[in-house]
Amino acid sequence: MSLPAYLPILFLLVLSTLFAVASIWVSSKLGPRKWTVAKLQPYESGIVPEEGVAENERFPVKFYLVAMLFIIFDIETVFLYPWAVAYEELALFGLIEMGVFVGLLVAVYVYVWKRGGLEWAE
Amino acid sequence: MGAIADFLGGPDVVIAIVKVVVAFAALLVATLLTIWFERKVIADMQARIGPNRWGPFGVLQTVADGIKLFFKEDVRPRYADRWTYGLAPVMAAVPSFLAFAVIPFGDHVTVGGERVDFIVSDLNIGVLFFLAAGSIGVYGVVLAGWASGSKYPLLGGIRSSAQLISYEIALGLSLVPIVLVTNSLSTVDIVAAQAGSVGNVDLFDGTFLQGVSELFEVIPNWYIWSQWPAFLLFMIAGIAETNRAPFDLPEAETELIAGFHTEYSGIRFALFFLGEYIHVVVISAMAVTLFFGGWNGPIVDEFLPWIWPVGWFLVKTIAFVYLFIWLRATLPRLRYDRLMWLGWKRLIPASLLWIMVTAVVNVNPEGVDEQTLRSIRLAVFGALFLLVLFVVAKGDPRLKQVVTPERPRSRRAQKQGVKSGSS
Repeated sequence: MSLPAYLPILFLLVLSTLFAVASIWVSSKLGPRKWTVAKLQPYESGIVPEEGVAENERFPVKFYLVAMLFIIFDIETVFLYPWAVAYEELALFGLIEMGVFVGLLVAVYVYVWKRGGLEWAE
Repeated sequence: MGAIADFLGGPDVVIAIVKVVVAFAALLVATLLTIWFERKVIADMQARIGPNRWGPFGVLQTVADGIKLFFKEDVRPRYADRWTYGLAPVMAAVPSFLAFAVIPFGDHVTVGGERVDFIVSDLNIGVLFFLAAGSIGVYGVVLAGWASGSKYPLLGGIRSSAQLISYEIALGLSLVPIVLVTNSLSTVDIVAAQAGSVGNVDLFDGTFLQGVSELFEVIPNWYIWSQWPAFLLFMIAGIAETNRAPFDLPEAETELIAGFHTEYSGIRFALFFLGEYIHVVVISAMAVTLFFGGWNGPIVDEFLPWIWPVGWFLVKTIAFVYLFIWLRATLPRLRYDRLMWLGWKRLIPASLLWIMVTAVVNVNPEGVDEQTLRSIRLAVFGALFLLVLFVVAKGDPRLKQVVTPERPRSRRAQKQGVKSGSS
């Protein structure tokens, strides 16, 4: 009988999750619990913090741009893996195909670079 | 034994459970020892003593710290999102354990007629699984930063997510050449391809270097020799992936207090560090597996033949853990925009270039003789060498920008200036 390859990984996932959750639970039982208003304030270097920080905060659009570029390049990475596995069979055809693909990608990459999409700070 | 095995669904399941438990326990012990090792080594490098109270050479210091953290108060700040705040440390710790599942840490042993391979699970997509598990760890950091309901963690979390996804690409691309030369994503196959010595390779046959190739009989056939650029890219991206110096921007205590885990204390804080140190061990083990022959070693004795590969694997992995610690003691933290510059403008093009170079060198078209192929390879390496020379010579233009700050006037000159101005 051969075991499904992912079963041990499922075991490991369950074991490590149980460990993490159990240690938080045990700690909450063992430790003291004396919450005061001052203790529960968000840390802000000693001054009284303003309310609702996370909800109303706005972020530079750069972060979203990085996220979008990441998706493009990550999909491309996923394309490269099956190609690399089958490279011996694809041989010259595979090389030329991937050359075209990477060439297109490099063109896009150069465009983004020249338009300043990769600049973090001026 | 047989009855228990049948109850659980056959000996395979028992073996799987034993392997999982052993790997899990080994990772926990490895974390304890790595933290102790880091504190000792950095203390030595800074001419301090380091932990020396608990156990011989202070080796039980981490255990003492862990027990202390169990008895600490579990504080949840006022504006924190209850469930996400609790989930984040678990999300940071669990994927690091999973990533270890695809690393072969030894050969195999036969117990009672059952073959036991020293790997939790030999997935046919091992390398991809390793990358996937590593990138899930990003969620822990991002969620921790967002859920804390505080400014510094939020900044740290957003920053680190941008950093991690930037280096994720380079990490993924740096492993493609290895897959390309092995034609397999399985880590077991990759280790098997690195067995033996370089002498098996007939690279120099038929040239004037034939005599040299006999010397290569003693050099192990590791991928590091032909794939060192991929190794460098992997290590740089890997260190960034673990959030460690010089890429420890998410924490950046000089500017963000403690980054994403500012609001975390007690055992939740410990879980973040458990995740980080296991990640260090896993990246080290992966570097060994992919580039340094995995558990292959020069000596395998008749006495307990299965323990030698495990020993070689451990020795190599510890060497890489030491490298991580050494870097932390040596290098200052990168500035954030320099970090993004390195990831997007250097590592990504370099790894793409190296993939294409490896592809060109390893192509094997029909009807082309060996001599032509060899000249093509030489031409490619020559072009690459010239390109690297060009890039190195050109350097980073921003480093050459000359900025002359306005010279601050001395106090006396200022006073005189005020006097002369008022009079």
